[in-house]
Amino acid sequence: MSSYRDFLRETKGQIDEIDVARARELYDGDAPPLFLDVREREEWDEGHLPGAMHIPRGWLESRIEQSAPDRAQPIVVYCAFGSRSAFAARTLEELGYQDVASLAGGINDWKRHGFPLEVPAGPLSSEQRTRYSRHLLIPEVGEEGQQRLLQSRMLLVGAGGLGSPAALYLAAAGVGTIGIIDADVVDETNLQRQIVHSTATLGEPKVQSAARALRELNPDVTVKTFQEQLTSENVERILAEGWDVIVDGADNFPTRYLVNDAAVFHDIPLVHGSIFRFEGQATVFKPHEGPCYRCLFPQPPPPELAPSCAEGGVLGVLPGVIGSLQANEAIKLALELGEPLIGRLLLFDAQTTAFTEVALRRDPDCPVCGEHPTITEYVDYVEFCNPVRA
Amino acid sequence: MSVVRIPPTLRAETNGEREVLADGETVRDLLDDLTARFPGLRGQLEYANVYVGGEDIRTRDGYDTAVGTTDTVILLPAMAGG
Repeated sequence: MSSYRDFLRETKGQIDEIDVARARELYDGDAPPLFLDVREREEWDEGHLPGAMHIPRGWLESRIEQSAPDRAQPIVVYCAFGSRSAFAARTLEELGYQDVASLAGGINDWKRHGFPLEVPAGPLSSEQRTRYSRHLLIPEVGEEGQQRLLQSRMLLVGAGGLGSPAALYLAAAGVGTIGIIDADVVDETNLQRQIVHSTATLGEPKVQSAARALRELNPDVTVKTFQEQLTSENVERILAEGWDVIVDGADNFPTRYLVNDAAVFHDIPLVHGSIFRFEGQATVFKPHEGPCYRCLFPQPPPPELAPSCAEGGVLGVLPGVIGSLQANEAIKLALELGEPLIGRLLLFDAQTTAFTEVALRRDPDCPVCGEHPTITEYVDYVEFCNPVRA
Repeated sequence: MSVVRIPPTLRAETNGEREVLADGETVRDLLDDLTARFPGLRGQLEYANVYVGGEDIRTRDGYDTAVGTTDTVILLPAMAGG
């Protein structure tokens, strides 16, 4: 029977170990290995290698295949001092991983050298761990992703058809701060589709009705309300609060062009959605990476060719589909995962239940985001959208 | 003949049809044929983006962009509704 000390020595003899200097070289290299932290959650929360994956030692065998399916993927395992990671490295080799090393000296040695460390904003509470458990189970989201969502700030322009489902899903997902701007009050004609409001909130300002629903859904969310119409005069004040993503659910062209210009000026990704009758559109305008709204539609159609939902109607569930897609894009942008709808316009037809995608390109001559912009400050958007024609 | 998708705002001019057929080797010819068939569309297409095979004609040859008979042509005006 061998003692722990003997067993550890024997194990270390069977695996590869690297020191922190070598680990740092790999970390800074062009093709860094997967750094795998096998400590307990409390230890992880006190600081870990940026970009590392966390699987506590006790869960290693059952979770590693799902998180790192490629057996040829180089892995550097670490723990606090290099003992648990030595056993973990041997386990990984037994599971068929071909290029595994244990970090001798562990994260403590890494820290002592002053190497990069990521300290999460504060661990999730046990209530949060339960609430967001279905997110935490997704490797691409996990605790770090959830923390990111909790720290993210998203501004919803409009608490109507599109803003309703978007707000509900973003709040449910734990987006930490949600701003809502809308000047309207809830009326009976809204309730066929604007699911964040209810019969009980008829007559209330929409921002107030929505804020209450979001707080009831998720007390983690701070809701900031702006009961006003977005204009050239107030847009800077509202944007000064700092937003990571803007979700455009406006119901008129002047606001849409204003939101676009503001997003370009402030370099904030804008998640666009629009709807009419049975058909909707969604895309992401990421300033300077993809096209903007003006690249797509340099001029709005004249009002007689662009009836609103109030004039032409809209199937109630349609904004549910498009607004949910917008929430999906906003969450992906916050988590920097997947392939957002940048440069792609997604068209949805509720009658045929068909999605069609068309390609969008940046217009080098775009007056706002082009190479030589001519619109560098806010204009009169009502005049721009309703020019007096000779 | 190519399939042309008519946006909901213009369907009053195509007897409510969501898709219609039109003939033309270029977008210009095709839209001329379309407006000949549906005169109510005349003067209403200038605000619609045109996509051929999923690509914006502004990034190809504009109204000279070639249209194949298997291409679907999408007319897409901006919609403000939210």
